[in-house]
Amino acid sequence: MAGTAVLGRLTWQVATVGAVSGETASVRTITLSVPDWAGHAAGQHLDVRLTAEDGYSAERSYSIASAPGEPLAITVERLDDGEVSPYLTEELRAGDEIEIRGPIGGYFVWTGDDAVTPLLLVAGGSGVVPFRSILRHRHNLGSEVPVRLLYSARSLPDVIYRQELEHAGEGVAVTYTLTRQHPPDWTGHTGRVGPALLSATAWPASDGPLAYVCGPTPFVEPVAGGLVSLGYPAHRVRTERYGGTEGS
Amino acid sequence: MSPISRGFRGRRLPAAADAARVPPGQHLTSDFPVLSAGPTPHTALQEWTFSIRQAGSDRKTWTWPELAALPAEEVTADIHCVTRWSKLDTRWRAVSIDTLLAQIDTAARFALAFCDGGYTTNMPLADLTAGRAWVAYEYDGRPLAPEHGGPARLLVPHLYFWKSAKWVRGLELLAADEPGFWENYGYHNYGDPWREQRYSGD
Repeated sequence: MAGTAVLGRLTWQVATVGAVSGETASVRTITLSVPDWAGHAAGQHLDVRLTAEDGYSAERSYSIASAPGEPLAITVERLDDGEVSPYLTEELRAGDEIEIRGPIGGYFVWTGDDAVTPLLLVAGGSGVVPFRSILRHRHNLGSEVPVRLLYSARSLPDVIYRQELEHAGEGVAVTYTLTRQHPPDWTGHTGRVGPALLSATAWPASDGPLAYVCGPTPFVEPVAGGLVSLGYPAHRVRTERYGGTEGS
Repeated sequence: MSPISRGFRGRRLPAAADAARVPPGQHLTSDFPVLSAGPTPHTALQEWTFSIRQAGSDRKTWTWPELAALPAEEVTADIHCVTRWSKLDTRWRAVSIDTLLAQIDTAARFALAFCDGGYTTNMPLADLTAGRAWVAYEYDGRPLAPEHGGPARLLVPHLYFWKSAKWVRGLELLAADEPGFWENYGYHNYGDPWREQRYSGD
């Protein structure tokens, strides 16, 4: 588990909002223009700081949604009891300035250097955001690494990047499961990611895959444990969990 | 000068008394979020040990019953995660690292905590002593849950919480400092929340 990404000093930078686009009813992708962005790896995140008129400030971390080399973007889900996400998803407009700092995190990343290892990506809700960066990076590189994405969402309208995922390209298989609501003609999976679905979707451990699991803790915990039960060595299962207790 | 986010008010801390307990850039949570780089390990208590190592060999090892038999303390502490949440007045039952080190004579100045799953984190030995660090095995009156680091985790509340290594299995005593897992990935080597030492160079 030796690290590679030793960072220089990360300073706060002013980013100008380029566009705020709707992904779902509660999710927005925000493109940011930063003069001195040092670049990032697929899977990293950044810190956002908002400052009120009286100087009060609040900071949160968000996964980067864009691939390395693309204009910087984050995708933010509005949390009803959140402090920063309601502002970012509802108040922020093109031309606004916010402060950011990053990129952060060197473990939950995919560089594309390894051109053969199959990838398993398992997302719960907005846990799909770093995977958009990874899938775009794979596409931009012309990589042929086989990818399986298992994506658990509450309902079809809650699926983030749905159109984009449908055109994720050759070698990328996307499987959805809908946990709360599904259309009457839905022929896909329903319910939470359990051992049966995981076993049917995941690469066999004997293929030597690398797994990334991202979502709320109650989602990530059983999935990561389930992959270990399927024979994935623990060090081949990278996780990113976020707080809050609500699963998806 | 930070740009003002027009119309942003934010959620202010409930009381000034609490505000003084929240380091810069942090916000309070009543939740107990979980952050780990990999799957949660499950080590049976019969196989669990806690070891203090130096120069490649175990200086002292405690089994679970041996650790549980050591004098324990009720610790109430505020904890601060580098991902920006802080939680006040968390309650733990824990064995002081002083109690463990009292059985060992060492001139080491640094320590690397090691854990099930391969996680490590480093700190000066001085930060693990003088009543400032523990091996914790109960949280809020209950055995520590696996996703929170059970059966036992390090508790070093005066540093960012990644230093409070989950699933801890021992300490390696070192003459020279050696970065741990997150410290190798760009996080601050020391991690004092009051000086906002989140990332390398802060």
